[in-house]
Amino acid sequence: MSDNQLPLWEVFIQSKTGLPYKHVGSVHAADAEMALQNARDLYTRRNEGRSIWVVPSDAIVASVPEDEDSFFDPSDDKIYRHPTFYEMPKGAKHI
Amino acid sequence: MDQKEALYQYWLRLGDDSMILAHRLSEWCSNGPFLEEDIALSNIGLDLFGQTRIAFTSACALEGKGRTEDDLAYKRPEHEFRSCHLAEEPNKDFAHTMVRQTLFSAYHLLLYKALERSSDEQLAAFATKSLKEVKYHWRHTSRWLVRLGDGTEESHKRVQDSLDILWSFRYEFFEVDEVVTELQKTSIVPDLSNLQSDYEALVLEILEEATLVLPEKEGFKATGGRIGHHSEYLGHILSEFQYLVRAYPNSKW
Repeated sequence: MSDNQLPLWEVFIQSKTGLPYKHVGSVHAADAEMALQNARDLYTRRNEGRSIWVVPSDAIVASVPEDEDSFFDPSDDKIYRHPTFYEMPKGAKHI
Repeated sequence: MDQKEALYQYWLRLGDDSMILAHRLSEWCSNGPFLEEDIALSNIGLDLFGQTRIAFTSACALEGKGRTEDDLAYKRPEHEFRSCHLAEEPNKDFAHTMVRQTLFSAYHLLLYKALERSSDEQLAAFATKSLKEVKYHWRHTSRWLVRLGDGTEESHKRVQDSLDILWSFRYEFFEVDEVVTELQKTSIVPDLSNLQSDYEALVLEILEEATLVLPEKEGFKATGGRIGHHSEYLGHILSEFQYLVRAYPNSKW
């Protein structure tokens, strides 16, 4: 195996039409077409999906660990954001 | 030759082509240029082994002597194989493998498209199922041919050199002998008179995109595989492929 790896792409698979795409992993590929084919060969061998997205990994903007406290901790003590303060109407099944 | 014998022979040809080519692709397993392509080549090989199983099972049913797909794969000697020469060609390097596979997938693609119209239901169903697989093989490998041909000086040279050697192997695909003639009487094998010109047009289109050219001189014109005359490579392939079954007869795992 070569150490000179091709660029990295992130792979998202939709298991059924209408469902959200889920991140499943990454592949190396020289271009978009190759990325799509490699993703197909690696991640849909066992009937996992009907549609694939590939995105160049460097196009993804990620939050950084240093921001973790300011980004996420403030929601810890705001339980009123959870919809748990309502009486569920009887008979309502799909809320 | 009666129709039943001809169809038996035809299934062997389909199965043997796929099996030998699949074995060659399996030799790339753990040796691929990078992990993703390693898996892609193994996947194509596995598709072809799947096609082999259907072809051998159909052949055994026609023969009616109680032989199984494993008997055909593991217990036939070299001269009973009906594969064409291109399938036996060694992998050499990645460029050579990609040229071989592109030339083969183009053939599979057009042949199976034609066989979908077979008057034999089983053969037509085999073609429909396999077509989905070889469409992908063609797409995957022909894109590689373009990348390599239109790539660096080195990659261009390697695929062009391989094309110069392998292009004239195609004649064996289009040979019409008594097996094909017998099956065409009842449209089990449909009219294939356009197959060669369609094949050459399909390949030429990709070659152009890949900035490759057809060799000026025709090379080794492969023939004889369909009657059991093979290159020296087949014996080596089978000695590896059949080793376990021959060394430990009737073993189970």
